[in-house]
Amino acid sequence: MQRLVVGAGYGLKDWLAQRVTGVVMAVFTLIIFAAALGGAMSSREAWQAFMANGFIRFLSFLFIVSLCWHAWVGVRDIWMDYLNSAALRLFLHVMTLLALVGYAGWAIQIIWRL
Amino acid sequence: MSEMTKQRPKHLALHEIRLPLAGFASILHRVSGAGLFLLLPLLIWLLQLSLGSTQSSAEMFAAVTGNWLVKLILLGLLWAFFHHFCMGIRILLIDVHVGVEKQQAHASAMAVMVISLALTAIFGLKLLGAY
Repeated sequence: MQRLVVGAGYGLKDWLAQRVTGVVMAVFTLIIFAAALGGAMSSREAWQAFMANGFIRFLSFLFIVSLCWHAWVGVRDIWMDYLNSAALRLFLHVMTLLALVGYAGWAIQIIWRL
Repeated sequence: MSEMTKQRPKHLALHEIRLPLAGFASILHRVSGAGLFLLLPLLIWLLQLSLGSTQSSAEMFAAVTGNWLVKLILLGLLWAFFHHFCMGIRILLIDVHVGVEKQQAHASAMAVMVISLALTAIFGLKLLGAY
């Protein structure tokens, strides 16, 4: 049977994930800005002490996971919108996923080593 | 295939399409997101250097962020972040049916463009060491 390969998830899930992860990142951003106004970026030591705080580490972990998930949905949409070749799309989907999982591990290891 | 699918234009003449401001802001949402994704490794690297405990990571952070090309890239990423952030809030508001009317949507798109450029200017001047 001839079937058009689109690779899309078509559903509420990605739409909702994009909103939830976006809100998580927006809230974290506002916390960082507020902290910066409060002097958390006044020196290298202050910044490191701020980021080493247990609650902030919890939040920055959520931020990193949200960022990578959000980027996955967004970048995948770009490939789906502009590429007609299913093979090229699959290749770039896999590359994007691998890159994002790697970035997540790298970033989490940075904040959790503190 | 239905009649509607057949009548779709097969080749869009992009240079002839005049996007309304909301459409322009929307495509910039995509462009800014793509830019942030592509330069994510740079940002994670800077985070790593900023949180490194050794003297060399402190020196490397100063050297990298002191480079004018990096400053230029970071200035672009500042704009990308603020535009993406503001557009995201606009999208969330439209999701809950705030600002759906044509005039409001135009006004909010204008607000996103102006606010994100203003925030880029404020933080960009700080980045460039103006204050």
